Amino acid sequence: MLSTLKCIVMRDLTLAMRHRSDVLTTVFFFIIVVSLFPLGVGPEAALLKEMAAGVVWVAALLASMLSLTRLFADDYNDGTLEQLLMVPQPLSLIVFGKVLAHWIISGLPLVLMSPLLGLQFGLEGDELIMLMVTLLIGTPVLSLLGAIGAALTLGLRGGGVLVSLLVLPLYIPVLIFGAGAVTASAAGMGADGHLSLMGAILLLALVLAPWASAAALRISVE
Amino acid sequence: MFNLFKYSSPATFYPLAGRLAVGFGIASAILLVIGLYMSFFVAPTDYKQGEGYRIMFIHVPAAWMSMWIYVVMACWAAAGMIWNTRLSAMMAASLAPTGAMFTFIALWTGALWGKPMWGAWWVWDARLTSELILLFLYVGFMALNSAIDDPRRAARASGLLALVGVINVPIIYYSVQWWNTLHQGSSIKVVAGGVETSMSEIMVWTLLVMTFACWFYAIAVSLTRVRGTILERESGTSWVKEMLTGGKS
Repeated sequence: MLSTLKCIVMRDLTLAMRHRSDVLTTVFFFIIVVSLFPLGVGPEAALLKEMAAGVVWVAALLASMLSLTRLFADDYNDGTLEQLLMVPQPLSLIVFGKVLAHWIISGLPLVLMSPLLGLQFGLEGDELIMLMVTLLIGTPVLSLLGAIGAALTLGLRGGGVLVSLLVLPLYIPVLIFGAGAVTASAAGMGADGHLSLMGAILLLALVLAPWASAAALRISVE
Repeated sequence: MFNLFKYSSPATFYPLAGRLAVGFGIASAILLVIGLYMSFFVAPTDYKQGEGYRIMFIHVPAAWMSMWIYVVMACWAAAGMIWNTRLSAMMAASLAPTGAMFTFIALWTGALWGKPMWGAWWVWDARLTSELILLFLYVGFMALNSAIDDPRRAARASGLLALVGVINVPIIYYSVQWWNTLHQGSSIKVVAGGVETSMSEIMVWTLLVMTFACWFYAIAVSLTRVRGTILERESGTSWVKEMLTGGKS
């Protein structure tokens, strides 16, 4: 089981390293979207500090969603996916491996970049750490839920736009608790509740999402 | 034994749906006339909100229906997945536009009600927001359904999406509720030993009549819509040909 998982993850990571520009595009998209907000609402420090968590989180949502279309599309186009459907190991495990690789490629860089962007918005100390922690718990959920949408829209015309319509509403709870945790800790109220809820959502998504994505893949590929 | 699956075949369901649609349509029209008369002339003026509260009699049933139809839709989708029946997916797909319409009505009337009562067309309150998200879920379902050309794949994919959505609805609802709350609390609460309400009895009855009017309307319209879908999907079969030509040909 573990060796299959490792094999899938290493394969996807190797492929991503061969197309490094794809990975960088996601990160730069994230940075650009975040940088657009001060230009839009004006450089007022107090206002920016207040919206920092929300802006970074919305940008993370969009960046993670943007890279979703690549999750299964390449494998689908060159026929690898059909082979993967036929291996004796459970499909949900393979999906989980691909999601894990997707998170390492497109979620983890966002987590690592976030303190820098937070600094630009005037966040300090604990708030920066909190922003990083919430993204660390939240971005895997984005990849997991997104995998369902990506699997459902596989090979459809206009799949990229459709996937946003399907997954963005499902992302809302993560956004609320993620940005809420940072705001709550900035207000000195403690973010334990928010973090626990995000952890619960992550566990629920870990159990159900690979299974649902596997079912969706079977529907799309048959 | 009563055969539950007799009507899971489109050919036998088509005439039944026609009869049911007419029946529910008439019932809905009668209830609507009674309900509207009661809401405008019988229900007393509210001591706090004046006459403006009367929009509640369409707002609340629409909001209830919008959520209820999503659950029913997910049940049809689940039935379609479990028994692999064609008809279930058609039912789920034909419920979606009605559900989206009720969601829209609930939002629209909510805005009209909110302006005089809260002084704003729209506030980012928990229930308004979750209703808006529900509208997005409906739109996503319909978009996925229409983006896939193969009807079998469309049915299964959108069915799966409806099931994922229905698991998420309570999570979204509570997350939005903890996020912010301004909406007035429910006026009807189910408590131990019965239903408790802060409204006068006649208002509750009016609300119930209007709810059933909306409910029957939803049934009638979705059955009519499913008849159209059946004809379209089954257009190659002999029973459709026979029915349309009246047995000649």
